[in-house]
Amino acid sequence: MAELTKKDFASPAEVKWCPGCGDYAIMNAVREGMVQAGKPRDEVAIVSGIGCSSRFPYYMETYGFHTIHGRAAAIASGLKVANPKLDVWVISGDGDSTAIGGNHFIHAIRRNINLNYVLINNKIYGLTKGQYSPCSEMGQYSKTSPYGVIDYPMAPLKAAMGMGATFIARGLDAIPKLSEEITTRGVKHNGFSMMEIYANCVIYNDGAHKALTDKETGANHRIILRNGEKMIYGADNQLCLVQDGFGIKSANVADVAEGDILVHNEKDAALGALLAGMRPDAGLPIALGIIYADGSKKTYDQMVYEQIDAVKAKRGRTVQKVMEEGHTWTV
Amino acid sequence: MAENAKLTKTEQIVVKFTGDSGDGMQLIGNQLTALAALDGNDVNSLPDYPSEIRAPAGTIAGVSGFQMCLGDHKVYTAGDAPDVLVAFNPAAVKHSSKFVKPGGMIITNADSFTEKAMEKVGYKSNPLEDGSLAGYDVKAIPMTTLVREALADMDMPNAAKDRCKNFFTMGVLCWLFDKDKNLVLNFIQEKFGPKAKKPLLQVAEANTKAFTAGLNYGETTIMFQERYTMGAAQIEKGLYRNITGNDASALAIAAAGAKSGLQPFIGSYPITPATDLLHYASEFKDLGLVTMQMEDEIAGICCAVGAACAGNLAFTTTSGPGLALKTEAAGMALILEVPLVIVNVQRGGPCTGLPTKTEQSDLLQSMFGRNGDSYMPIIAANSPADCFNACFQGAKIALKYRTPVIVLTDGYIGQGSCPWKVPKLEELEDLTPYVNFYKPEDHPGETYQPYKRNPETLARDWAIPGTKGCQHRIGTLEKDALTGAVSHDPMNHHIMTETRLKKVELVANDLPALEINGKESNKILVVSWGGTYGAVKGAVDRLIAEGKPVSGINLSWAWPFPKNLGDILSRFDKVLVPELNMGQLSLMLRAKYLVDVQSLSKVQGDPFREYEVIDKVNEMLGE
Repeated sequence: MAELTKKDFASPAEVKWCPGCGDYAIMNAVREGMVQAGKPRDEVAIVSGIGCSSRFPYYMETYGFHTIHGRAAAIASGLKVANPKLDVWVISGDGDSTAIGGNHFIHAIRRNINLNYVLINNKIYGLTKGQYSPCSEMGQYSKTSPYGVIDYPMAPLKAAMGMGATFIARGLDAIPKLSEEITTRGVKHNGFSMMEIYANCVIYNDGAHKALTDKETGANHRIILRNGEKMIYGADNQLCLVQDGFGIKSANVADVAEGDILVHNEKDAALGALLAGMRPDAGLPIALGIIYADGSKKTYDQMVYEQIDAVKAKRGRTVQKVMEEGHTWTV
Repeated sequence: MAENAKLTKTEQIVVKFTGDSGDGMQLIGNQLTALAALDGNDVNSLPDYPSEIRAPAGTIAGVSGFQMCLGDHKVYTAGDAPDVLVAFNPAAVKHSSKFVKPGGMIITNADSFTEKAMEKVGYKSNPLEDGSLAGYDVKAIPMTTLVREALADMDMPNAAKDRCKNFFTMGVLCWLFDKDKNLVLNFIQEKFGPKAKKPLLQVAEANTKAFTAGLNYGETTIMFQERYTMGAAQIEKGLYRNITGNDASALAIAAAGAKSGLQPFIGSYPITPATDLLHYASEFKDLGLVTMQMEDEIAGICCAVGAACAGNLAFTTTSGPGLALKTEAAGMALILEVPLVIVNVQRGGPCTGLPTKTEQSDLLQSMFGRNGDSYMPIIAANSPADCFNACFQGAKIALKYRTPVIVLTDGYIGQGSCPWKVPKLEELEDLTPYVNFYKPEDHPGETYQPYKRNPETLARDWAIPGTKGCQHRIGTLEKDALTGAVSHDPMNHHIMTETRLKKVELVANDLPALEINGKESNKILVVSWGGTYGAVKGAVDRLIAEGKPVSGINLSWAWPFPKNLGDILSRFDKVLVPELNMGQLSLMLRAKYLVDVQSLSKVQGDPFREYEVIDKVNEMLGE
């Protein structure tokens, strides 16, 4: 069979996102990840919850399940455990994952189920027409925060590290190549691949990530991480990250010794946690790319069957035998 | 031998054990249940747990109980008022003596009646001496003293010796009820002896000595004037096992997996009184049964729906408040039209309610507790052993009609136990014909349409992920009646809603016609469903024996109703529905058949007693 292309993963359904929505670029990246994974389309399943992004499965020529609000992680967990041969993707939004579905989100990460989880973060509820989400910024205006948000925002990747994540990455809709790199690495990662991709919502939160996407200044507020490379960023590569006590700070490349510039190590969990939590309001860039990846931890779905095999080897009962166990007597 | 204790033949005996929670009431109860069953009696039992794990010792709140009925005939319930109460301390006597049959026997530990213990439960004077228990035949045995004496030569702390008083009591009861002592001695060896899974030789020896001391105490004391014997019950031949409803449900899940060829899967979250089901099923890894204990009730059902979508035979297990949480996801299984079995071990509600007490008050929740027009079949188990059948049938219907099915059991039958005739796996119905996944090779030239239906069952064509070339998208939005694509077309929604309703109604084709206990037409019909079966059956049998114009029927399926139900209801002057709720089935019967059903409600955390049904029927007969 000829190798599949991105086009092969497009379903005939008409895509109904708003023109200019960040989701288009992300869908393209997910299709690229599927191509790179090399699985036939009928061995791929996508599960989504509720929200704009959750219409995603309808547009994909794979098995697709558009389910209920917030529960995609739990449903996908059952699907993956029931048939680990499938490549299972979850497409979710910031409302779906971090508000109503927060509980399932953190526990799916904790179990390290081998799912490919794409959290499209536009920091707003789009489908219900513009209410703030747990990822909205302090002071953000929305229909339910006409005077500004007074909830502190959640950092999904930082939360993920707290739950023992084995793969976290962050992309930006405006850098499609990077998103493709992330989905390609993510689908190949053996474990829960947590991929947060920042997206713009042209209607209800236009400029959601303007600080990062601005043509002139955006590069000064984001850093694209490359494993083994020095953490240098900025429009003119003039900025870098250096150690600051137990933390990280930004510095001018010109002001520091070359050896003091931190080198990215995607297997370093402590570093990963720090990078995941970097915010511009603390004078740090938003980390993009593969922030942390360690495929050495066993997955839940793998352990389910290892345990079944072990108990089979040890006890090896039949249903009939178990039914006849305990205190029995014959009449 | 105490020649003065005369051996009386009896038909049935109701025994209740009460004592401190954690003092082994369930163990001793199960022990006597097994002993009676092994000896050929029919048995039915009902545990009664307090909701606190270990309330302070010696308090009324900490009293745990276990009631059982053993008979030389088919026994349908754990019995009405106990003939014999074994109450291990003053709290237990205070808590339970009022339930005992007038003149019934109360066996207690005389050593436990210390001033401090009596004060704790508000006894101003010793009830064993002050005449307040005069209406009963009180046997105050100094159990602690006797057990410590019997174990005097054993090198163990007194606390460990005192734990042997249960087996001492078993010795007394074994003598009192004329049972074969070897059955208990063998049990002790099996459980603690050298060949046990975890041999505890000292415990085996101590319990053997305590048991023998109890036997000897019965034989030598002049305390008992009578002892009782009963013949074996007429029971269908076969291999039997004493089983709780929750354990029977767990076994049915494994059996349904084996008979369908699908991997059985349980997505769940612990909740009283359903947790034992999950405990037991979690041991079945060698049977290939996957259990996922999820982060909450919603995740429990959601991962089960995910597993169902992948083609596993999926179950979720819960109790009332858990079912409330699962509501939306149950609707998801319904609109996706995938098989899923939801086992709800009902408990007292609303909300947290009475977690350890039984009730049947989730019928209307099961029926209507989802948004939209969202019917699903509901089967109700009528005894601990019947939980096996109910769960197995639930799986069959779920597969055959591609629908979620609710199995209702309750705390009483989930935790209660009775003998179960162990089926032969090969004799159970083959479920593979109902699996029937869509395979493109069976339909050459056809394009797969996920909502194309079998005209007989309205089950949709179902290709699970991994099926070559059948990738498709489905979801919880309303779908086109054929392609499954999202559809907001008004008429399509009307058709789909009708179809989903009709599909559940078609389940009636699978239900056996109701059989009437008694005359086909009569003055009064008593309708039981689920856990009320035993008390109603026992009551109606007795009323019929007395020549009363009464018949009975039992509903296994609470939705849809069996086809001949309407006809049967119309042939009786009056219809009575006893229920452990405020009249939920009554409401459904009135609505469906326009029959003036009378409701007998009881919500006291306790199943019906036969006499309660008999009294009500007599009242309706004007007697």
